[in-house]
Amino acid sequence: MTLALIAALPFLGALLPGLMIRAGRDACAALTGSVTLLALCLLALQAPTVLAGGIVQTRIDWLPALGLNATFFLDGLGLLFAGLILGIGLLIILYARFYLAKSDPMGQFYSYLMLFQGAMVGIVLSDNILLLLIFWELTSLSSFLLIGYWKHLPEGRQGARMALAVTGGGGLAMIAGMLILGNIAGSYDLTVILTQKEAIQASPWYLPALILILLGAFTKSAQFPFHFWLPHAMAAPTPVSAYLHSATMVKAGLFLMARLWPVLAGTPEWFWIVSTAGLVTMVMAAKIAFFKDDLKALLAFSTVSHLGLITMLLGFGTRAAATVAVFHIINHATFKAALFMTAGIVDHEAHTRDIKRLGGLRTLMPITFGIALLASLSMAGIPPLNGFLSKELMLEEAAHTTWITPWAMGVLATIAALFSVAYSFRFLAHGFLGPVRDDYPHTPHDPGPGLWGAPAFLVVLVVVIGLFPMASAAWLVNAAASAVTGETVAVKITHWHGLQAVALWMSVAAVGGGLMMLGAFGPLRAIWDATPRPEAKRIFDGIIEPLAALARSLTYALHNSSLSRAIAVAVLAIAGAGLWAFTGGGHVPGTRALMPVEPLVAVVWAVMLAAALAVPFLHRVRVVALVFVGVVGLLLVPFFVLMSAPDLALTQLSVEVVTILLMLLALNFLPKTTPEESPAPRRLFDAGVAGIAGAGIGWLAWEMLTRQAAFPPISHFHLAQSKPGAGGTNVVNTILVDFRGYDTFGEIIVLGIAALAIYALSENLLRSPAVTRRLAETRPEREAGDRHPMMLVVSTRLLLPMAMMVGVYIYLRGHNMPGGGFVAGLVFAIAYLMQYMASGYVWSHSRQRFDHHVLIGWGVLIATLSGAGAWAFGLPFLTSGFEYVHLWPLEEFELATAAIFDLGVFLCVLGAVLLALASLSRLAQRTGEVVNTRAYDTEAPQETR
Amino acid sequence: MTGHWIILPVVLPAFVAGLMVTAMRNDLLLKRVTGVTSILLLNALALALLWSASTHGPQVYFLGDWPAPFGIVLVLDRLSAMMVLLLAALALAVVLYAIGSGWDAKGAHFHPLLQFLLMGIGGAFLTGDAFNLFVFFEILLIASYGLMIHGGGSARARAGLQYVAFNLIGSSLFLFALALTYSVTGTLNIADLAAKLPDLPQGDAAMLRVTAVLLILVFAIKGALVPLQFWLPGTYANAPGVVAAMFAVMTKVGAYATLRFGAMVFPPDLPATGTLISDLILPAGLVTLVIGAIGVLGASTLPRLVAFGGIASMGTAFIAIGAFTPATTAAALYYILHSTLATAAMFLVADLVIRRRAHARLTETAPPIAQAGLISALYMAAAIAMAGMPPLSGFLGKLLILDAFRAQAPLVWSVILLSSFLMILGFARAGSTLFWKPSAMEAAPDDRAPEGLAFTGTFGLLAGLVALTLLAGPVTGWLGATSESLYAPQGYIAAARLGQGG
Repeated sequence: MTLALIAALPFLGALLPGLMIRAGRDACAALTGSVTLLALCLLALQAPTVLAGGIVQTRIDWLPALGLNATFFLDGLGLLFAGLILGIGLLIILYARFYLAKSDPMGQFYSYLMLFQGAMVGIVLSDNILLLLIFWELTSLSSFLLIGYWKHLPEGRQGARMALAVTGGGGLAMIAGMLILGNIAGSYDLTVILTQKEAIQASPWYLPALILILLGAFTKSAQFPFHFWLPHAMAAPTPVSAYLHSATMVKAGLFLMARLWPVLAGTPEWFWIVSTAGLVTMVMAAKIAFFKDDLKALLAFSTVSHLGLITMLLGFGTRAAATVAVFHIINHATFKAALFMTAGIVDHEAHTRDIKRLGGLRTLMPITFGIALLASLSMAGIPPLNGFLSKELMLEEAAHTTWITPWAMGVLATIAALFSVAYSFRFLAHGFLGPVRDDYPHTPHDPGPGLWGAPAFLVVLVVVIGLFPMASAAWLVNAAASAVTGETVAVKITHWHGLQAVALWMSVAAVGGGLMMLGAFGPLRAIWDATPRPEAKRIFDGIIEPLAALARSLTYALHNSSLSRAIAVAVLAIAGAGLWAFTGGGHVPGTRALMPVEPLVAVVWAVMLAAALAVPFLHRVRVVALVFVGVVGLLLVPFFVLMSAPDLALTQLSVEVVTILLMLLALNFLPKTTPEESPAPRRLFDAGVAGIAGAGIGWLAWEMLTRQAAFPPISHFHLAQSKPGAGGTNVVNTILVDFRGYDTFGEIIVLGIAALAIYALSENLLRSPAVTRRLAETRPEREAGDRHPMMLVVSTRLLLPMAMMVGVYIYLRGHNMPGGGFVAGLVFAIAYLMQYMASGYVWSHSRQRFDHHVLIGWGVLIATLSGAGAWAFGLPFLTSGFEYVHLWPLEEFELATAAIFDLGVFLCVLGAVLLALASLSRLAQRTGEVVNTRAYDTEAPQETR
Repeated sequence: MTGHWIILPVVLPAFVAGLMVTAMRNDLLLKRVTGVTSILLLNALALALLWSASTHGPQVYFLGDWPAPFGIVLVLDRLSAMMVLLLAALALAVVLYAIGSGWDAKGAHFHPLLQFLLMGIGGAFLTGDAFNLFVFFEILLIASYGLMIHGGGSARARAGLQYVAFNLIGSSLFLFALALTYSVTGTLNIADLAAKLPDLPQGDAAMLRVTAVLLILVFAIKGALVPLQFWLPGTYANAPGVVAAMFAVMTKVGAYATLRFGAMVFPPDLPATGTLISDLILPAGLVTLVIGAIGVLGASTLPRLVAFGGIASMGTAFIAIGAFTPATTAAALYYILHSTLATAAMFLVADLVIRRRAHARLTETAPPIAQAGLISALYMAAAIAMAGMPPLSGFLGKLLILDAFRAQAPLVWSVILLSSFLMILGFARAGSTLFWKPSAMEAAPDDRAPEGLAFTGTFGLLAGLVALTLLAGPVTGWLGATSESLYAPQGYIAAARLGQGG
């Protein structure tokens, strides 16, 4: 469990600073530091086992189905990295305490930092590559937050996004690579994968996996051509640069290459890709670093260069080179973190990092100068410091590696070392030496030990490792290199390899050449400035910005909120898919005998067709279009009669009447005509689309009507059981209220909801001043002399009680004859609707004594309760019972619980129509319609409103 | 045994909504208390049903006591129980947010419409009858329309019209498909269809294929599958944030129904349809994901960005569904659970931002919003979830899907990973504009009441994501068994006791 705890501690620690900052900055930093220290101590406790050649493992099952488990293991490589991450992390926490300004939110900073630390520790301790991926992407996310920490700086925001895009994107590629790797090895556990070298390298998937994984590693470790994000990440506060972008995160890619070295390395593909990328990065970045004026930019490119160096060594694929790589990882972490912190101190004190505005700091900041001197000499590879030791070993390896030609690698490595010397000395000479100036933005002097303590400690390590490498570092290098190579490594590090060692002469050349270059800095700089070179940020922006713009225009071109286009696409897609499906299977046309066409039927059919065709031609005049729609709907009624479906005919008739009447009332609020919106070709196209939809549906209907179902249809059961089982001879009604009463239950609720939605919609309209103003403006001018014709008024008044009577009758007889609650509700509704038509909204509305919501509510409640009543008898929802009753003087009649349910249906339907009407009435009142004093007045009284 | 409990997720919200309309119209507090109580009860019910379905297997409820396939049945199985629980959990977060943010007071009938929506979606998950599924689709459509236009405004009304018009086309198509189903097979019961279709005569194969495609396209409209996705961006972007969050589960109704029919009624080994549905869904899912990801990068307002994130998540879900194998389906189910919570959380966060920000545009800066620290952290978490970045469940879901698609790795992996890249870019750009970029404008003083319940709802959803991540092992184990049962529907068919129940 210890390993899981070590990985978890920083995450837990991330929660604390946000709170502890309330206790003050010192308390916050101290607590954050102690969490890291605790993790470091736990790690140290494991060290003896690991150094003795053992490994420590922790296993917690997480997602076994995928092979993703929270398994951790600690070997020499993990120990080295975890130690670096936690140790340098501790120093950074100290340094940041004194570096951050009072105005900077320190709690947030430490939280982000600890998140990052946890992710990093997670990477190096993971025994599962999927778990590793999780931590990997977490480092991208937390570094995004850290780089953007100074959110007011545009460089910070852009740098953060660039880093996230590059490293996060690389991480995505790595996901694929890791999945392939796991598939080849048969497990996602590293300890298993590391034993599968032959299987992995023999697999045809080796190269794709290698490339994808290297994409992740190269982006993270800023290898060419993905190096450009790292300098821009320097917008982060310096503690972040020192921690993430020199000592730890950028080394995650190196860690991964080292981790998978035993199974991926040793092939020509590995050698060519990895060592070439490393070599190019090393030389190119070293050259750029030399010409940078910003201290942090100089250090950033030098970091890229050193990362290239280590990558190149790993790419060689030999045990010796890998060992040197491990050694240089340690050395680079010590001197580079110290240098970053030094640059931060200069920035903090002099308020500039521009090398052209510096110089002469040696006397003003002696302590800082001391640290910078030792660290940069180490970076330059000057004996006896630790940078020298690993550089010598690297040059030796490079000199003996054949890359294209036997000598090219050695020459290029020497050139890189030469640049390295040059920029290290430039950092020193142009930053610290020279005369004291009087134009610093702020007069610098040495800060307190809080700031220089951390780099000073690192410099002590630089010196100690430099002087006594075998005593101070060899054990760690041995442990880590053994873990990388899978063989026991016993390294021998000395300062003097003898005169015959080629590295010595390469080193001498590098130092001499480097010093000469620094001497010729002026002219060289002029040449550099004159040479055109690609600017990474511009190229990156040149890709991302057009990409975003393209995405924007594509998205808005596709989703332009055109309903007609969306429907056209949908219709064509549906028709196309249907046709495609049809052609793929056997088809036998239906065998039902066709009915003869009666002349009358043909006439009705022709009228219906003509009415339907008239709608698109006449639809600009709304009321005319509505009339034709009504004609089509009403002509459907005789067809239902013809097909022996009187129930459907009755329902269709009443539904049609209610709908048309409601729509007529709604038309009052709309302009009488609609404008022409689309050009002729477009209308032609739309007609084509509509034709396809109609033809498709017609064909489907033909197929349905002419064929027999393949299996006995369930309607046989309904016909047989209607009377004995459901107690009704009208099978349509027994289906509606009994066999499929649950469907009806749902459908009446649909009606109820629709009315509620209409009500809510009209509420919204009435609350909007703009809408009510427009409504008031569209108040219809008088067209006919009779506002409310007396004939109509009188006849509808007379019809009202009669219609209600009919409604009750229809409701009662429903179970055995055509009718039922649904139709009854509609008949009632028509009776009311006619009052509205005849006497106006307001007159009718003011005579409504109850809220229509109640009708809907009771309808739903009655339907629900009548259904739930069956529970009392231990029967399922909506089970109906019926009984035949003989009550003098009536004949025998039937009482069915379905009738109660039907009452709910009735109320819902009636309530829905009335609520819709009421909503229209409220709109009408806003248009300024006046209350007529008499039911059938012809003139609007002007005084009352 | 579960007894009448199976129908309660439908009856309870219907009754509560009826009660609200009848007696509580004019009192918001009463409606709030009743609404939350009802949803809490629904959660308890859903948990009980889930437990029952897991331990006792599929169970049937014969409505009106009529035997299947002649009457309507509800079938509770692991999948339907899971979806009901997902619905109930989401509803709890949404109702708390609606109360906390005051959204429910901005128009009439929020609470009854929400209850009706729960009824509609819950009924759709539980029904074992194809026509009844249509009825509940209608309920959820009309209730969602009512909620979508809640709060008013002309942009919302316009988008609402498009929503309802487009979806009514879906409803009509559904009716045609059902009529076709009945005319070809003579039955509408899902278990009955699953039992009978293997014996379908050769000559009916073409018509059955048309039926299958039309049905699946209906579900694709609900699930916003390209090219039937055009209704979604406008609808979700213009709906009140809290309603858009609730809609995260509505697209999943489409996914659920596709899975139910594609795996049980028209499984890949059915001779007549074969890989027909897979051939349709899988490529469309890939395109949907790409279009969604491009939209995330290209959206110019925050709500549209989230809406396209929702489209992308549906694309991913449909990819996983489209393969119709037990392994991919298990991954799809995990992803559906994740993406519902993640999309909803993102909509709530977006609403938190928009209600505080001067405007919703991502192309221009605005003064810093109140509570920026907390809200930006919530944004980050929700964005991580939606983009499928670690450590939240989106990453696990993505890994599960990638792992399940080893066979089609080059295409499917590239699409999923490249889309993730675009989404990371999109969310990072938006977040940096929303929370980092300074503005020349002065911040307006914030006089808003503390919204404890709104944050509770948002945190609740994120807590759900965390739970889904930590408990990924047991959850995927359970989902694996659920997925297996879809491809071996004997239990489901046996539960329906065809021709002998009631």
